[in-house]
Amino acid sequence: MNKLLKLLLESENLSTLQMAEILGLEQAEVESELEKLKAEKVLLGWRPVLHPNVDAGNHVRALIEVKISPEREGGFDRMGERISRFDEVETCYLMSGGYDLLCVVKGANLHDVAAFVSEKLATIEGVLSTVTHFLLRAYKEQGYYLGGERGDPDKPAISP
Amino acid sequence: MNEDTSRFVARHVQGLPCSGIREFFSIVSKMPDAISLGIGEPDFHTPWRIREAAIFALERGKTSYTDNLGLIQLRRAISDYVEEHFGLGYHPENEILVTTGVSEGLDAALRAFINPGDKALYHEPCYVAYHPCIQLSHGLGVPVATSAEDQFSLNPETLAKAWQPGCKALLLNFPTNPTGGVLEADSMASVARFAEEKDLLIISDEIYAELSYGQKHRSIAALPGMKERVLFLHGVSKAFAMTGFRIGFACGPAPLIEAMTSVHQYGMLCAPIVSQEAALEALRHGQEAVESMRQQYLRRRDYIVRRFNEIGLPCHLPKGTFYAFPDIRSTGLSEEQFCHRLLKEQKVAVVPGTAFGPSGKGFVRASFATGYDLLIEAVSRIEQFLQNLG
Repeated sequence: MNKLLKLLLESENLSTLQMAEILGLEQAEVESELEKLKAEKVLLGWRPVLHPNVDAGNHVRALIEVKISPEREGGFDRMGERISRFDEVETCYLMSGGYDLLCVVKGANLHDVAAFVSEKLATIEGVLSTVTHFLLRAYKEQGYYLGGERGDPDKPAISP
Repeated sequence: MNEDTSRFVARHVQGLPCSGIREFFSIVSKMPDAISLGIGEPDFHTPWRIREAAIFALERGKTSYTDNLGLIQLRRAISDYVEEHFGLGYHPENEILVTTGVSEGLDAALRAFINPGDKALYHEPCYVAYHPCIQLSHGLGVPVATSAEDQFSLNPETLAKAWQPGCKALLLNFPTNPTGGVLEADSMASVARFAEEKDLLIISDEIYAELSYGQKHRSIAALPGMKERVLFLHGVSKAFAMTGFRIGFACGPAPLIEAMTSVHQYGMLCAPIVSQEAALEALRHGQEAVESMRQQYLRRRDYIVRRFNEIGLPCHLPKGTFYAFPDIRSTGLSEEQFCHRLLKEQKVAVVPGTAFGPSGKGFVRASFATGYDLLIEAVSRIEQFLQNLG
């Protein structure tokens, strides 16, 4: 794996200047390397990972299991890509097992998500059925444990 | 009544030096906003699956003593691990002793093998416990200085010059805390030949073995004919980020392990069972986490060593551990002055090299077991400190 990518994955909040210092590169080299990673779609973007409770009063999330009919040429891809294009769909995966697509859908409230599923998703030709699970509470978000575990006041500041 | 109770303290304990680290610790602990590069342990938390194994052990009611030697399943796992990673074969039944950290293993070994007045060679700068533990076992410590010119490896000629009649043991710690020095293959072969020639028992503390960069770590016990005169000490503290669990192990010829067990059974009885269960999980399933942490230390090492050299503190490239050991002589300050002034003026804590023995003079130990943001800030403050010195 690219050494810049490794650094990005193991540490957060580093400026491009700090990344350059650590890797012994010029800042401009780091910036152009990042642009390259984006152009190659290795790095998709730079979004903060928010605590799911932030603004929780103004949105809900649901996991939607979708069963679809595969197509003669293209299998599940055309449907997967079509469903992914809705703004309401944050994430969409083709799954093994009892259903085909797993979509993470975000809406302002339960009614919005339900309306999206019944009016948009379920009505697409080729969608056979949907099952909606609303998220109640998050314990871990994209690798971030939400229970809190930073620093240990009992750890000595100097030790042999 | 204001009676002096110190008369109750044994003479050989009164004679132990106060660790330079303890004194420094008391100053740093009163400065909450200081950045400490003085910490001799990983900044990573113990990988969760290891901690979870400890919790599960408690849930299953694992709260009793164990065999003095340690849980047999743990000794089997140690045997497999040491075979796989060091190419050393030890029998779980009688050639492996689980100790309460390598610290206890070292102490038990010295008490088991050193007669009053026996001499033990040790290379320094070194971990703070070696010389005091020799003294506590009523032995005489014979230091062998290592130097930056040799990348703080053990120079076989210096070793030969330091040897005296009455030397029974040689303590090795490669990779070395505080210098990051390693023992390269040719020096290792010379040291091994010397040990045979002088009939020395080698006590080899290899706690930093997994944190080797560049070439793979090799144990001196793996050299032909050496297994019979090497006590191999290792543990899970550093590589698996498990310092507080206090699990080490000693591997060696059965009669040596038996002798150490005699000391261990009366002094310690057994290592804590919950920690043993956690160590079992670590050895069986912790390798991926170890490699991930090693890679991060490696990148931090490359950064901090490069920066020390750039700002005018010559620093050799440590080939193991998570310590850099820069040379601060160009500042004109003693290592003590350097550390105290750096802490006072820029709030960065590093440890004076002399805390690890007289040959640490002119050097300081800076741990890079800390996050990039703090490392960058610390080095930038050290640079400012040097500029202010003029």
